[in-house]
Amino acid sequence: MALDRWIALIFFVICGVYGYTAFFLMDAGLPPFMQRNPIWPSTFPKVLAILGMICSLVILAGFEKSQKEPEAMDINYRRLTDYNLGQAVLLICLMILYAFSLRPIGFLVSTVLFLVMAAATLGERRFVVLIPVALIAAGSIWYLVQEVLGIFLRPWPMGF
Amino acid sequence: MLEGLMVGLSTAFSFTNILMIIGGCLIGTFIGMLPGLGPMSIIAIMIPVAIGIGDPSAALILLAGVYYGAIFGGSTSSILINAPGVASTVATSFDGYPLARQGKAGKALTIAAISSFSGGTLGAVLLLIFAPMLASVALLFHSSEYFALMVVGLSAIAAFAGSGQVFKALLMTIIGLIMSTVGEGALFNLPRFTGGIMDLQSGFGFITLAMAMFALPEAIYLVLDPKRSQQEDGSKTGEIKELRITREEARAILPVIGRQSVQGFLIGVLPGAGATIASFLGYAVERNIARKEEQEQIGEGSVKGLAAPETANNAACTGSFVPLLTLGIPGSGTTAILLGALIALNVSPGPRLMIDEPDIFWAVIISMYLGNLVLLILNLPLIPYIAKILAVPRNYLIPFILFFTLMGAYIGQNNATELLLLVGFGVIATILRFADYPLAPLLIGFILGRMLEDNFARAMQLYDGPAFLWERPMTTGLLLLACLLIFLPAYRARRARLRAEGVADAD
Repeated sequence: MALDRWIALIFFVICGVYGYTAFFLMDAGLPPFMQRNPIWPSTFPKVLAILGMICSLVILAGFEKSQKEPEAMDINYRRLTDYNLGQAVLLICLMILYAFSLRPIGFLVSTVLFLVMAAATLGERRFVVLIPVALIAAGSIWYLVQEVLGIFLRPWPMGF
Repeated sequence: MLEGLMVGLSTAFSFTNILMIIGGCLIGTFIGMLPGLGPMSIIAIMIPVAIGIGDPSAALILLAGVYYGAIFGGSTSSILINAPGVASTVATSFDGYPLARQGKAGKALTIAAISSFSGGTLGAVLLLIFAPMLASVALLFHSSEYFALMVVGLSAIAAFAGSGQVFKALLMTIIGLIMSTVGEGALFNLPRFTGGIMDLQSGFGFITLAMAMFALPEAIYLVLDPKRSQQEDGSKTGEIKELRITREEARAILPVIGRQSVQGFLIGVLPGAGATIASFLGYAVERNIARKEEQEQIGEGSVKGLAAPETANNAACTGSFVPLLTLGIPGSGTTAILLGALIALNVSPGPRLMIDEPDIFWAVIISMYLGNLVLLILNLPLIPYIAKILAVPRNYLIPFILFFTLMGAYIGQNNATELLLLVGFGVIATILRFADYPLAPLLIGFILGRMLEDNFARAMQLYDGPAFLWERPMTTGLLLLACLLIFLPAYRARRARLRAEGVADAD
């Protein structure tokens, strides 16, 4: 089974769970005065769940074949290991680390670390250039956001 | 009316107000270029500044300038790095980005600037003529028609997704709609589908989702396949060689601009359908009426495919001011924020605005025209400098794209959960892209979801049930049109395929 049909199957399950919630669980806690309304919080989700399940079934059944020729620009997921998969996974991990570090160690430190480590992951080795660039970028963006736009960003680690 | 026009002219041409237009457009363009900061957030940030000015017409002119600038800046980042920071420029990236990859980034930016200018200008002229009249057209629409109209819009987006892709696009739209039901809506004051997670109480953030659907997968693709950041002929992208467009190209886009200005404006007038729908519908219509050989080009870097959404979204931006100024009803999220700013400035928009405060009404309309002029004068010469961003080496460009993507979701929310959602959805979006699922319908469904449900609920309440579906002829007609839009291409594609396999009967 091709990837697109696996995905359709997953979406079918998601729509099913969503529909189950809408049909059987949501209305239980509905206050009596709302039950007299022609529309309930679950009405629209019920319609969506049914439509979503129909659509995913159509794709699963293969009624519609994509006639698109594989393009040179597209990435062939069957040969994913031929690409820089390791780098991509590392960068995604770095982004998650960045999300967790923003609050405890502050915007400036975590941003400089993120930019330097991400560039290093991609193969950049001229740290003499890289570190000043990251420092200037983090500093100027912090200044823009905090001072010009007036949005609070914690610059330093907690406790400073 | 002529008298009001004169008052408006003298107000708009005052030194402060011209400064406001230029300043607003500049700020809007630069911030709008950063993926993640769309017009809504920029206007929201600018509101304190505008209120500080005190003069309502100057403040509104400034905010309108920011709005235009942001839309233009958004199309620039759509073309250059395929990262539309704004929903209404998603369609721009369909043809703009392929053009940039073919080394025609300069040409694409010029076409975008000219189309935006023409769309906005023609829209402003139409607004000038039709503002009083069009208000009454919009008044004829009830919530059931708005509901039906949005269904038509969503089906049209799916129907034009390409052969064999209709149901995939439809499924993505429905997933987007499902995602829009997460969180606490204004309608019921009940949290839905949050799973008890506090951070989902207010639903998924639009910007988070937009970044996850477009910017992040593109960045991941760039990492996976290093060849992508280079041009086909091996030279680096980023050199803007040809800014000028040829006479043939000008002739090709001229009718597109004419049609899309009018269509975009009319769609913009209708609340709920705004620049986003206008740009997608404009793209779809131009694709459908194009000649066969041009049709194949669209999506691969066609000037027509670029001009259509760019013209339509700017015309629709202008159009969306009609309900705001004449009825006091915001047609989009952005105009809703503008409405809030107006009320804070002690101006109550509505049918009386034109009579009571003609200087505000007409000055805003005149300043729209001036704003478009400023954008053209400001942006066209700046294009080569703007495009320098592509000359940045890959090792620097990718970390910065990732960083801006993350910042876009983080700024204003200060919430790390948003970043985790962004990364999670980004990975899912990349996998969906591997399997040829179109991602734009998901985002459009998500944006329209809440409005769709609101109008559906209002119609249900009004008719005490789903009777409005068949009792209102216009609603029924629109819904039938939606069905036709979905099933016709699917049916035709299936028949063509079966015939190619020699199974179908000849008829």
